[in-house]
Amino acid sequence: MIESNLPALQVVLPLVAAPLCVLLRRGSLAWLVTWSATWATAAISIAILLRVLDAGTISYTFGGWEPPWGIEYRVDIVNAFVLVLVSVIGAIIVPYARRSVGAEIRSEQHYLFWAAYLLCLTGLLGVAITGDAFNVFVFLEISSLATYILIACGQDRRALVASYQYLIMGTIGATFIVIGIGLLYLMTGTLNLADMAQRLSTMPLHRPQLAALAFLTVGISLKLALFPLHLWLPNAYAYAPSVSTAFLSATATKVAVYLLLRFSYSVFGQSHVIENISVEAVILALSVAAIFTASLVAIFQDDVKRMFAYSSVAQIGYITLGISLANQNGLTGGIVHMFNHAVAKGAIFMLLGCVALQIGQPLMAQMAGLAKRMPMTAAGLVVGGLSLIGVPGTVGFISKWYLVVAAIEKGWWWLAALVLISSMLAAIYVWRLIEVCYFREPSPELEAAGEAPLSMLIPAWVLVIGCIYFGLDATMTAGTAASAAQSLLEATR
Amino acid sequence: MNAAGPAIALAIPAIGALLISLAGRWPNLREAITLTTALALLFVVGSLAPLVLAGERPSVTLFSMLPGMSIALTVEPLGMLFGLIASGLWIVNSIYSIGYMRGNNEKHQTRFYACFAIALTCAIGIAFAGNLLTLFLFYEALTISTYPLVAHKGDAATIRSARVYLGILLTTSIVLLLPAIIFTYIITGTLDFTPDGILAGKLDGPMVGLLLGLFVFGIGKAAVMPVHRWLPAAMVAPTPVSALLHAVAVVKAGVFTITKVIVYIFGVDFLFSQPSSGWLVYVAAFTIIAASVVALRQTNLKRLLAYSTVAQLSYVVMATAVLKPLSEIGAAIHMVAHAFGKITLFFAAGAIYTASKKTEITQLHGIARRMPWTMAAFTVGALSMIGVPPTAGFVSKWYILAGSFQADNYVALFTIIASTVLNAAYFLPIIFWAWFAKEDVPPAKPHGEAPAAIVVALTITAVLTLAFFFFNQPALQLEAQLVGRQK
Repeated sequence: MIESNLPALQVVLPLVAAPLCVLLRRGSLAWLVTWSATWATAAISIAILLRVLDAGTISYTFGGWEPPWGIEYRVDIVNAFVLVLVSVIGAIIVPYARRSVGAEIRSEQHYLFWAAYLLCLTGLLGVAITGDAFNVFVFLEISSLATYILIACGQDRRALVASYQYLIMGTIGATFIVIGIGLLYLMTGTLNLADMAQRLSTMPLHRPQLAALAFLTVGISLKLALFPLHLWLPNAYAYAPSVSTAFLSATATKVAVYLLLRFSYSVFGQSHVIENISVEAVILALSVAAIFTASLVAIFQDDVKRMFAYSSVAQIGYITLGISLANQNGLTGGIVHMFNHAVAKGAIFMLLGCVALQIGQPLMAQMAGLAKRMPMTAAGLVVGGLSLIGVPGTVGFISKWYLVVAAIEKGWWWLAALVLISSMLAAIYVWRLIEVCYFREPSPELEAAGEAPLSMLIPAWVLVIGCIYFGLDATMTAGTAASAAQSLLEATR
Repeated sequence: MNAAGPAIALAIPAIGALLISLAGRWPNLREAITLTTALALLFVVGSLAPLVLAGERPSVTLFSMLPGMSIALTVEPLGMLFGLIASGLWIVNSIYSIGYMRGNNEKHQTRFYACFAIALTCAIGIAFAGNLLTLFLFYEALTISTYPLVAHKGDAATIRSARVYLGILLTTSIVLLLPAIIFTYIITGTLDFTPDGILAGKLDGPMVGLLLGLFVFGIGKAAVMPVHRWLPAAMVAPTPVSALLHAVAVVKAGVFTITKVIVYIFGVDFLFSQPSSGWLVYVAAFTIIAASVVALRQTNLKRLLAYSTVAQLSYVVMATAVLKPLSEIGAAIHMVAHAFGKITLFFAAGAIYTASKKTEITQLHGIARRMPWTMAAFTVGALSMIGVPPTAGFVSKWYILAGSFQADNYVALFTIIASTVLNAAYFLPIIFWAWFAKEDVPPAKPHGEAPAAIVVALTITAVLTLAFFFFNQPALQLEAQLVGRQK
């Protein structure tokens, strides 16, 4: 009974837990509810992945209405991978968050924060799991609205502005997406994604299809912060509470990337639209621009959270670059980088949260001498940073490997060179931080500080160790990504 | 032992590093751990030598990194020799380090010893790497683990130099070496080190020369011009670092990697048949001559030694590039010979600094009277650089010359002769003044030899430099296997 309803539980569980938090009203009880719900959700997602690996695509119908009429949850290897990524990171952050949220958010707001957290998780998982286009929009809005709250909770008053900025941009993005979905519904008469794909493949080219693709691509690109639609991201990440930043950077943009994959490969893959325009070339150019401009801007940031926020924009560029290469290795690189970047950036933002617990907003000057006072935090930041550079032995190397292989296979040596040269830009901003942490005397703020509590350090270090483990043995992550890439590419033939 | 040996050798210094960082509060215990680890490492590495000499190739797969690609260790003659030098000299260097670091009251000693042990782990990983991926992993880890050692002092000037060090090594390896490795993987489908190489028949024409270029300049640790600048920059490190890492482990890792790529990836015969690979001899020859000329103009002793190292490293590269059996042997032997000689020279430079705080060549007049042991060792090391018998340098030069005759390579011949003259020109005056000139100004504080640990260490390496002239058969036998197939 439970086993057959896993896909529904995946979303329903956090959805039900959210109002429970509000009803309980006690911060610690709400945390406990969140803790149980997220870990259960993570377990469910792993069970689903195992089933997909074992038995292939799962289709789950709601209320006995057969697809394409009823709402269908459809899990193949691609979104099973995303579900695991989102729910596992979502679960690891919760034990970490108790102290961090306690320090950064007013105690009477705690239960609201946890409700928003669970709703955001619900939305993200829903987008990933559903096979229905309108459902995508609804869940996207749930996650977005919850995200605005998660960001606005920040101590810094600029968090409100950042949240508002994201609200405007996010709403524009959502509007574009709903227009795109509307146009597709108009053309195909269905909302089921698989059905839509099939109908598009037999249809002659009409202009509304092109418009739908354009609206969807731009809307999704806004959500995933593809250059130059990334402007909401740096402020949002910099001023949101540490927990929100860690959670959002690791999950939210990844789900948007998944949507891009789903629409451009699964839905439009066999249609005539994709043959007639070269979305790939546009995304490729924007990705390269994202990687270089965001990395360059990151070098000059003095707010460390902002610096890594810009780094996120650059790293998302690597993901979309892999997608735009549209061959087996490129796509594998892009997909595996979703995971790799989530682990690395999640670790980094969690460690910055440890710093924030001791000294408040971590600015470059205040992080001087961090290695003396908080050696484990500093060491974790080094590992995360090396991963962003793509040093072998860390997860970042695996992604770079696939991307460069894909570029060389296409004969695009210039692109391989650009990818590798851009790593050196990451080296510059990472090393700026390392020099400050290791070779300066402790700043006055850090003078009395010690290591953050273990309840925060351990979850952060779980991800740090993940950075190394999945960098040395990537057979599982890269293997899953490779089969996901294969299934996406097969859909286009 | 056969399969586990290389893995144990890798684990020993890694565990050592962990224990050292835990023992930070008790300096004597910490140093005892360093010495014990170094001894244990030499024991394990040494116990592999008879196996390799008997023709076995102990190998072990640690884990698979990507589908179809694994992190694996295989011990073969060239790596065996490199592993022996690195682990053997680590013992001597640790004795020296203790004298130097305490004698100069250096800070952050725990970090120093821990990073040193990690660097040795990486060196062993490079020596025993069974494929290019494994080698690259440890190569990069070596760069990163030596960065804190170079930046040890932590002042602004040191950090600037450390940036140059890291910048050049990281950029060359990621922008040039990594694409070379990936390209090799794409066209051959493997990265395993295979006797006779894996590229024969897969690549032809100018692409061979191009790929060789990506490898040679990507392996920045070999300091072939123009990617040599990191080596003089690294001289800001404490002298034990310069001695073991920037005369032995790191730089030898560079030329070792080039040799290994040429022998086991390209294949000597294949590369010899490709005219587009001919440029390497000229570039190496240019580096030898140019670096020697630059060395002539140096006034700082350690910087002079650094440029001398740049030149000596290109001896190995040039000998490898001559692509004849005798020259390949010469290349391997020169790694040993230069290691013994150059570590002695650095030890001496550090001894002089510790005893008298002198760093410039012009300050060394008459210093041999105060520090006879040190300067005697320095003399032995310098003679080995020039290649005068009975020192180690003569043996390797002999083989490189013989190989050049075999290949009728007059560029290589001429370069060796010219550089011998240049070496003599910058080393002999120092020796002469140190022994026979009078002190210009008596030192503010009269001093004698450096602390005993330092003197013991540099005496050992000087004796090794001399001994290698007489007892080099095992090394030659080992390396004869390297070219056994081409005879």
